[in-house]
Amino acid sequence: MTVFIIRRLLQSAVVLFVMSFLVFTSVNLVGDPVEMMVSDEADQEERDRVIKSMGLDKPWYIQYGLFVGNAFKGDLGNSFVYGEPALQIIVARMPATFELALVSLLMSIIIGIPLGVWAGLFPEKLSSKIVMSGSILGFSLPTFWVGLMMIMVFAVMLGWLPSTGRGDTVELLGINVSFLSADGLSHLFLPALNLALFNTSLVIRLTRAGVREAVHQDYIKFARAKGLSNTRVIMVHLMKNIMIPVVTVLGLEFGGLIAFSVVTETVFAWPGMGKLIIDSIQSLDRPIIVAYLMIIVFVFVIINLVVDVLYSILDPRVRLQDVKS
Amino acid sequence: MYFKKTLAVGALAAMTAITVPLSASAETLTIGLGSEPTSIDPHYHNLGPNNQIAQHIFGRLVEQDDKQRLQPGLAESWKPINDTTWEFKLRKGVKFHDGSDFNADDVIFTMKRAPAHPNARSSFKLYTHGGGKEYKKIDDYTIHVSTPRPYPLMPTDLSTVHIVSNEIGDATWEGEFNNGTAAIGTGPYKLVKWTKGEVLEMDVNENYYGEKPAWSKVIMKPIASAPSRLAALLAGDVDFIDNVPTTDIARLKKEPAVALSQGVSNRVIYLHLDQYRDVAPYTTAKDGSEIKNPFKDVRVRRAISKAINRDLIIDRVMEGVAIKAGQLLPEGFFGRSDKLKPEAYDPEGAKKLLAEAGYPDGFKTTLFGPNDRYINDAKIVEAISQMLSRIGIATTPDTMPKSVYFKRAKNRGPENPPEFGFVLVGWGSGTGEPSSPLKSLLATYNKEKGLGSSNRGLHSNPEMDKVLEDALATVDDEKRAALLAKATEIAIGEDVGIIPLHYQVNTWAAKKGLKYIPRTDERTLAMGVVKG
Repeated sequence: MTVFIIRRLLQSAVVLFVMSFLVFTSVNLVGDPVEMMVSDEADQEERDRVIKSMGLDKPWYIQYGLFVGNAFKGDLGNSFVYGEPALQIIVARMPATFELALVSLLMSIIIGIPLGVWAGLFPEKLSSKIVMSGSILGFSLPTFWVGLMMIMVFAVMLGWLPSTGRGDTVELLGINVSFLSADGLSHLFLPALNLALFNTSLVIRLTRAGVREAVHQDYIKFARAKGLSNTRVIMVHLMKNIMIPVVTVLGLEFGGLIAFSVVTETVFAWPGMGKLIIDSIQSLDRPIIVAYLMIIVFVFVIINLVVDVLYSILDPRVRLQDVKS
Repeated sequence: MYFKKTLAVGALAAMTAITVPLSASAETLTIGLGSEPTSIDPHYHNLGPNNQIAQHIFGRLVEQDDKQRLQPGLAESWKPINDTTWEFKLRKGVKFHDGSDFNADDVIFTMKRAPAHPNARSSFKLYTHGGGKEYKKIDDYTIHVSTPRPYPLMPTDLSTVHIVSNEIGDATWEGEFNNGTAAIGTGPYKLVKWTKGEVLEMDVNENYYGEKPAWSKVIMKPIASAPSRLAALLAGDVDFIDNVPTTDIARLKKEPAVALSQGVSNRVIYLHLDQYRDVAPYTTAKDGSEIKNPFKDVRVRRAISKAINRDLIIDRVMEGVAIKAGQLLPEGFFGRSDKLKPEAYDPEGAKKLLAEAGYPDGFKTTLFGPNDRYINDAKIVEAISQMLSRIGIATTPDTMPKSVYFKRAKNRGPENPPEFGFVLVGWGSGTGEPSSPLKSLLATYNKEKGLGSSNRGLHSNPEMDKVLEDALATVDDEKRAALLAKATEIAIGEDVGIIPLHYQVNTWAAKKGLKYIPRTDERTLAMGVVKG
């Protein structure tokens, strides 16, 4: 297993390097960050000065060389817009996004699995049919619209929950988290629910399919014949066997939650990384775009590694194999 | 016993009743902002959101009121003592947030720091040293600023730079301002904390020299998404928002819980046409064959201006929230011409002019514009394209995000003109008078003199250049206003160097019981939110 992990990490270093090259070159081909920044009234001399101070007067391959050289020291460049180190700015906003993604994942598990099991065990009931139709809505409706609707209903009309922003934070192991305070939870609820909709629908459908398949298997009949209680049959034997596809998909989706929480963060003004990246793309803040994408690649690699390891734990038939390169 | 207790309680209540009015200003204002500053350092980036925050924390020698008229700030008075020197008398008894005194040393330090900021994304050098300014301290409360030639815009230029304390030292840059340690100013508010993307908190400055601010605490939350910002106001999470989208204004006017405040801004939206090249880019005859640049003929430019129904655009596209324009600044601004009126809608006259100029069948072209920079910019481009097509100029609209647009519309002089020949752009006159747009948009391109940097059409009229040069050297206000008006009349009235469309109107929304004093410089200030 250790060899597997080490080999995986080495492969990801290669991926990271290739990624950085692709992103750096493509981002340098688009637009003019100086035009975005400089005041309309600035004259040519001023523009030249700004170009020089941001290092944009050098040809792109020299810029890339400098970037890689600094990257090994841990410096991914200074943000064009804020002037502060790009890595620091992104890392400062990470806890907010991770918190949102984690709570969202939890919500989709807590809501999705029971509903999926119910729909799988009693497919003919009206409630199951409602759950399945609801799941179709869950992944068809656009997140942006659902988010705004939720704000309108819960914040504006009913006034139960706050409409934007993150609540009071508490420090936990040096990181600011908001789920430990009641105010924080009230701010976290709507955005997490908004982000969770797609995954909840996915989990419901996966779980239902898994249950439909597993419920007819011999070992379930055998367990019932042995006289085990229905609860034990479902909770222990059934669940363990349907978990594998669910875990795999959720693992992949979790990476997506972190990387693509842009829409939810913008609608709810959640101060996370997603909003940072969309703003940086619009203002052509290249160092942040490059640094962000590299961090996301790294996160995806780690998640995939964790899912693979979990997979091997959950299913004893699976042995961790290396891809022969 | 009982009686004594009631007496005690009564006395306590009476005392509280008396003390309550004294602490009535213990109120917090929560603002939902459409855009965030990029730094608290006032010299880092000459950007609207940054300047807006800086105005709360720092002071300027000369302040601009809500109509951009110059008012005494940290300088009590100023006057030209000879043709090339201005004297500024500084206000005495002003204290910085950390208790140190404000005096001429801070001004000299500021004027040295601002242009030399190593990381400045758009520095203030143009204002602190434009025209060759040199600063001399005469005594603790007097400064002389001299230039090689007469410089009438001296107080206007100095009204853009915020004064920092010289106690912060020579090597303190934006990092220390963002975390608050160096953000020491003389403004009505003190920075408490700034967490990017989350919140900006300020407390009132008890020792502020000017009018006591109404709010004891200001909390600013960035909410970029316009619908979310509006929802936050309606839900009561914020008390006041800026940049209300035009589509919601009609509905909000009927909403009892919300009070709208509107005001015209100094920003004019206009069209620029290539008047330099022999063949205009993206412009051909209707059958696709090459034609010589039609925009070079003033009759064609005037025809285009006549073909645009400005009232219709304002009514349908801008939903009534704009004022049609015939020149660079709206009414009430310095240096405006009484003779220039917005071009009347006259499609027949336009067709006639086109035929006169030799284009009876019209021609084909493309109008370019951004889609996320100005209010309803993409829709305006579409509307104009339709209007021009009606008079025979088959126009294709092409809009794109500002991050791509401005690079391709950039002007680098006659050797390197912009990729686009027919563009929609806007210009906000930060100085509150027309010399800045005349210099940047209509003067003949001259890199050394800093002229024509945004003259995307490469318009050139030596007569106007001369009048403008005279105006920039005329210190007498009345004479200068007349010269600026004359330059505008030549450039727009005679030449149609640019085609002005309308001036933007900005809308702010507050919860019932509050209102905002609208500002022509589009800034959102806590000091402008009043009860009413």
